[in-house]
Amino acid sequence: MDLAYGPEHNNFRREVEDFLAEHKGRWPTRHSSRAEVLAWQRLLIAHGYAARTIPREYGGFGAAPDILKSRIIAEAFTAANAPGPLAGQGISMLAPTLLELGTEEQKRQWIAPTLAGEVVWCQGYSEPGAGSDLASLRTAATEDGDDFVINGQKIWTSTAAQADMIFALIRTEPDAPKHAGISYLIFSMKTPGIEVRPLVTMTGQAEFNEVFFTDVRVPKSQIVGARGEGWQVANATLKHERGMLGDPNAAEQRLAAIIDLMREETIGGERLIDNPLFLDRLMRLQGEVLAMKFNGLRLLTAALAKEPSGLASLIVKLRGCELNHQLAALAIDALGELGVLYDGSPHLRAHGIWQHRYMFDLGLIIGGGTAQVQKNIISERALGMPREPKPAPERVGA
Amino acid sequence: MDFALSADQTMMQASLAGVLARVSPLDRVRVFAAGSEPLARDAWGAMVDLGIPGLLIGEVHGGLGLTLLDAALVAETLGAHVAPAPFLASAVLAPIALSRAGSPAQQDAWLPRLASGEIVAAVAIHEAVAGARDGAGVCVEGGKLSGTTLFALDAIGADILIVADTAGGLNLVEAAAPGVERVSLTTIDRTRRVAEVRFDAVPAERLPGDALPALRDAAWVILAADMLGASSTIIEKAVAYAKERRQFGRVIGSFQAVKHLCAEMAAQLEPCRALVWYAAYADAAAPGEAPLMAAHAKALLSDVSRFVARTSTEVHGGMGFTDLLGLHFWFKRVGLSRQLFGGPEFARRAAARAQGLAAA
Repeated sequence: MDLAYGPEHNNFRREVEDFLAEHKGRWPTRHSSRAEVLAWQRLLIAHGYAARTIPREYGGFGAAPDILKSRIIAEAFTAANAPGPLAGQGISMLAPTLLELGTEEQKRQWIAPTLAGEVVWCQGYSEPGAGSDLASLRTAATEDGDDFVINGQKIWTSTAAQADMIFALIRTEPDAPKHAGISYLIFSMKTPGIEVRPLVTMTGQAEFNEVFFTDVRVPKSQIVGARGEGWQVANATLKHERGMLGDPNAAEQRLAAIIDLMREETIGGERLIDNPLFLDRLMRLQGEVLAMKFNGLRLLTAALAKEPSGLASLIVKLRGCELNHQLAALAIDALGELGVLYDGSPHLRAHGIWQHRYMFDLGLIIGGGTAQVQKNIISERALGMPREPKPAPERVGA
Repeated sequence: MDFALSADQTMMQASLAGVLARVSPLDRVRVFAAGSEPLARDAWGAMVDLGIPGLLIGEVHGGLGLTLLDAALVAETLGAHVAPAPFLASAVLAPIALSRAGSPAQQDAWLPRLASGEIVAAVAIHEAVAGARDGAGVCVEGGKLSGTTLFALDAIGADILIVADTAGGLNLVEAAAPGVERVSLTTIDRTRRVAEVRFDAVPAERLPGDALPALRDAAWVILAADMLGASSTIIEKAVAYAKERRQFGRVIGSFQAVKHLCAEMAAQLEPCRALVWYAAYADAAAPGEAPLMAAHAKALLSDVSRFVARTSTEVHGGMGFTDLLGLHFWFKRVGLSRQLFGGPEFARRAAARAQGLAAA
């Protein structure tokens, strides 16, 4: 056990820190124009702080994978409170998928503009009748010459209103068993027959959308991977998503924000942090945040050694999302009545983020594989417990 | 950047586990628990053969010169086997007290004998760490100890005692000295011996330095590691039982209600492993963080282990509740470790103080 990084990586950290200090004037803020945001992204790619390991021919920086350097970049940006690279489902999910499974033409056409933030993507997976049991999806394509004609509905589609393109799971083989009848298609959101309706959630905001397809015509050539193998293609993508939800750095930042809040805020002259009951809850959560942070170091070590991380990685989504939710709950409780103010109310604290997070995080506990699905995965893959006996196989398209 | 156990550490855990399976199986633990032998000489003898009493003692004094992380790995294995052994007092706390607070002469006199297993030490620091109860407290007057201390670890079978006094000093006395009276305290956990020790003007050697904060942190880390090992075994037993026990025509481990209890136990315990590793590693590698990490390790393992112990008992159904199965030995092991040297609320207050969030 040795947590030192060594001279090469210590130098690298200084390089990143120097870069951030030198370019501080160009950091985009909430008020920056889209052009300024994209310029920052281009600068980050040019220095290897975004799209670091994606080959240059596809618009990335082309560095050899170095997990430690990637981590150092993330740590340095967090420590400097600097705006990080663009995120979003195109960059985090579609680009890696195309890189792994796309045709040469697809890679050349889509990866570079996606990384640059010029093309925004949304993900069309879930349907009203296909949530945890995603493979039962029914949005289907019929063949017409060289085209598919798509009819159906997707839900939980974030950024659908802003997206230029969608990557979607569509049932193209109605007679195949449910997992084998799906293809992974990419197409423009401007294609005639697509309607986007905002989906307002319990937070009062429309963080998601419903997307309706009526006779949407897509060339068959826009499949990624083989026809009928969309399930495998999507699984290659989902592993990128599970890693993102429950990021321990996010919990650490959230904890620090709550400590600041509890030191500054007073009720009847007493600082929130001086209330022993809230202090005890805070310390309990800090212990869990630290445990998840060090669990992250175990995962990092396993990744460096190219070893499987088993249970330590299978619990991250379940525990990480729950922990974030409990942190938001503590902030609300410690604020007392002020904790329920919302939507720009007078006396609102921290722009109302704690109530918003408390509600939105419940969505994250459910989304991306519910807590119960996670527990099935943990008990079956890590503990070797038997699967629930299954009913006879269904044919979804029939 | 390497946050994993070394091959040596993994091997040491495996060889200790093999030895314990042989010399300290559950049937042997039952005999120790039911009787009054002060020390399980057979298990301790096997640990002496592995060099475990000298784990933290420098090579110059005949020890192995290893770190608190290695000690935590031993404790984890002991907890996993509910092994009766005076490890925490004799192999961890006494060596730390002597190395950090003892004079060179005291170190030369006592450390080699501890390392070789020739003598066993007990440590009585409960009042100094967790506060005095029922009028307990030991005073020094003219080099002599008087008073009472509670929850002295492994005192019944010990040859020497290291005792904290009310002024925060550490004192060494011989257990057989006139005026020392040891009274066994019966706890729920019969796999470890704790005692009340009464002193009536007993001549003592003062350790000139200060080691109390280090002793508290080490005790918390080792108890957390013991709970980690015990809880891991508890989960393994629940999973194994659920895969075997049939009801309603199926193994109960195929019911999601049971699977999810097991998954929840595993999901809560697994991050604790990394926290215990880090807290133990910090003792040598990041001493500034050690008090905070030790407090968090003790607090979180106490809470998670209690949850794991009660949940596993439920997964075992009626059998978990019986003496026959023996699951209760693990249940009670974590029960004692949780309370010893302050429960989770106490440790969390210490965590807040360690970072200036509460007044000292």
